[in-house]
Amino acid sequence: MKITLNGTIKELPQSVLLTDLVSQYCKNPKHIIAEVNGEIIKSSNWTQKTVADGDTIELVGFVGGG
Amino acid sequence: MNTSTLPIRDTPFILAGKAFASRFLLGTGKFQSKQDLANSVATSGTEIVTVALRRIDLDHHEENIIEYIPQNVTLLTNTSGARNAQEAIRIARLAKEAGHGNWIKIEVINDSKYLLPDNNETIKATEILVKEGFIVLPYVSPDLYVARELVKAGAAAVMPLGSFIGSNQGLKTREMIKVLINEIDLPIIVDAGIGAPSQAAEAMELGAAAVLANTAVATAAQPAAIAQAFALAVQAGRLAHLSGVPQKRSLADASSPLTGFLYEN
Repeated sequence: MKITLNGTIKELPQSVLLTDLVSQYCKNPKHIIAEVNGEIIKSSNWTQKTVADGDTIELVGFVGGG
Repeated sequence: MNTSTLPIRDTPFILAGKAFASRFLLGTGKFQSKQDLANSVATSGTEIVTVALRRIDLDHHEENIIEYIPQNVTLLTNTSGARNAQEAIRIARLAKEAGHGNWIKIEVINDSKYLLPDNNETIKATEILVKEGFIVLPYVSPDLYVARELVKAGAAAVMPLGSFIGSNQGLKTREMIKVLINEIDLPIIVDAGIGAPSQAAEAMELGAAAVLANTAVATAAQPAAIAQAFALAVQAGRLAHLSGVPQKRSLADASSPLTGFLYEN
């Protein structure tokens, strides 16, 4: 299946839980925010959220800024 | 410098009902190392720092900037990258979700040459985010009517730019900022373009409630040292403001008596 993750198309062998996708890309997911198809998913719900074919996912974090 | 020993007792800096001892806000962009940032936060004694939100880099695990900011420091997430009110609102909602409070600096920029904030979109975003319970600090080009709209919208402060962002040019908008200080009943926090501690002191002498600096600290040879210099300059400017800085005069006025010595009886 294909998803769009942070603007990049990614091929996944099978559907995954959001929590697994986040930990694949984030060393420390504590301060990460996830959005699936424009909807913010609370981190407490990541273990229940399955990423489906065609989903658009944004993972954002804090960086330096003025 | 311990402000409790100042000859004039200052009132605390109150922002959205919260009291701060420091009137120096530090931006966290452009630092060569996160350790430089952490040291600058410590030496300046800043209690409010700005951060930004970005997509995470999928190819490189990055250290999170939040880890370098002490927990007692208030995080003010900016909406940089937003080109209109809708995008700023989206960024604000995302930031809130991360659980680091609801303080938002609205920054809406859609001009890539001058990087000037879009005041109209900023007002729109402020109106909506205040209704959603955010503490909103809008970054604007200094304008009296815009500032009045922001007061009506429920902003916690107004953050006028001193000069172009990152330009180190200082208070090019000095007279306009003075108007805001005189007319607007909200803290005026001078942001952008403050390139040297002397410029920060000037803003505080004028009566600004606080000053934010980023580029000037982050790109200095010794960030932690200049961060402290900024904090001291902000205190000096504040004390000067409270002292009543004498007006400029067009003619000379001797400081020492000019008569009664050597040539006269």
